[in-house]
Amino acid sequence: MRSAIHLSSAALALAALVLTAVPIAVAADTPDPVGEARAFQKFFTDKFPKVKLEDFVNGPYSMNEDMHRQWQDKEQFPPYDFSLEAGKEMFSKPFKNGKSYADCFANQGIGIRQNYPYFDEKEGKVVTLELALNRCREANGEAPFSYVKDEMAALTAYMAFTSRGKPFNIKIPDDPRALEAYQNGKRYFYTRRGQLNFSCASCHVQNPGERIRAEVLAPAIGILNAMPIYRSEWGGMGTISRRFTTCNSQIRGVPLDPQSDEYRDVEYYLSYVSNGLPISGPGARP
Amino acid sequence: MASTIRVRATSSGETTEVQALIQHPMDTGLVKDAKGELIPPHYIQQLTFEYEGKNVFVADWGPAVSKDPYVKFSFKGGKKGDDLKISWVDNKGTSDTTTAKIQ
Amino acid sequence: MSIIRKAARFKFTVSLATVLLIAGSAPVFAAASDADFKNAYAAAEAANKEAGSLRNQWTTTSAALAAARKAAEAGDFDKAVASSKEAEALAKASIFQAISEKEAWKAMEIR
Repeated sequence: MRSAIHLSSAALALAALVLTAVPIAVAADTPDPVGEARAFQKFFTDKFPKVKLEDFVNGPYSMNEDMHRQWQDKEQFPPYDFSLEAGKEMFSKPFKNGKSYADCFANQGIGIRQNYPYFDEKEGKVVTLELALNRCREANGEAPFSYVKDEMAALTAYMAFTSRGKPFNIKIPDDPRALEAYQNGKRYFYTRRGQLNFSCASCHVQNPGERIRAEVLAPAIGILNAMPIYRSEWGGMGTISRRFTTCNSQIRGVPLDPQSDEYRDVEYYLSYVSNGLPISGPGARP
Repeated sequence: MASTIRVRATSSGETTEVQALIQHPMDTGLVKDAKGELIPPHYIQQLTFEYEGKNVFVADWGPAVSKDPYVKFSFKGGKKGDDLKISWVDNKGTSDTTTAKIQ
Repeated sequence: MSIIRKAARFKFTVSLATVLLIAGSAPVFAAASDADFKNAYAAAEAANKEAGSLRNQWTTTSAALAAARKAAEAGDFDKAVASSKEAEALAKASIFQAISEKEAWKAMEIR
């Protein structure tokens, strides 16, 4: 039995040698977000010349005619309607201390979703909308919501709705830590993980429009613009946190805690490279 | 509490097209919750659309219909400004009803 | 993807498969004891913990560890040891993945 372990270690070591022996063209270590975002968008517009840049925000529905028609039908009576209405009610209801969400956000929290996530220079970290909402609750004596359940989805649905049509406007301030967060997010996006050895890019860069089992894969460009989404597969709403954690477990990787640094950074990266594309949330997906 | 029924009825002269979205868990009774216990069945059994006292659409549903069901159909007749009454009853005896104006 | 990289990835997959096959079919010469299980499980847990520090654990590793514990509780130490070894192999593979991806990710990047 011990020999089995030694053999496997040897096999692993051999594999390691084989892989590291292959020369890989390495990108320069200092990221160039502006150039990279441009390249990112061009990759998808080249791949799908018939799709307008702003239509990528509809994910799989932008990928072919039949799905596009389904999306148009769905938008007439969107399944996220109930969550959206609940979110509006929740958002306007004051906390026990008399304050409300409006007091935590610029412009009373209306029409600001496209500015999230942002890099907080005081904290030195990326702050997402979901994180900001829970911080607002805790600062006002309320218990935080689960990042993956319906309350957070309803709140972010309403805030997204008030920003519909506004282009993503993510900023990377002139701060090496912000650049590092962007780079971390990018690295997370392209890193293979889980026993199935997929990276986010495996599905959303290499195979958009293709099927994984019964689902049509969305392109990575504009992928967060429609969040949160009502997913027919889930029979309910899903926040960005829910999507990140379930994607991880689906490729047999143990998910990190919602709003872990890695998730915040990858949301930062994905939002930044979709700058200019309109917020379309809340959305509906198969 | 807000109505569970969202409806839009549009008349095009000869026919009226109706779309409705109903908020309902439509539990099959076959799904287990986080504790491992079966969530009891809870689904709409009958959905009725009534125009001028007559039923123009009746659905007899069971647990196979998904959560938050969406329905779209057309019926002959129906004038702008007239009422369309929608009601549902589920297996627990709960019901809801709403009236919409045909546009 | 270049032929070289495809071959390297294939070699990795084959090595990984070999690792898993060997780990799964370790011949038993004598019935395993509780002590054998404890050793095998500790090794697996340690490897999985290291994978955790690399932020790259696999769900199948956790499942194998759980299967090992369940078998041990039922007194089936042969199965418990086999599951522990499988868990260890999976954990080691996840460590390998995390380490090799530190550079390998760059090849996937859109440029």
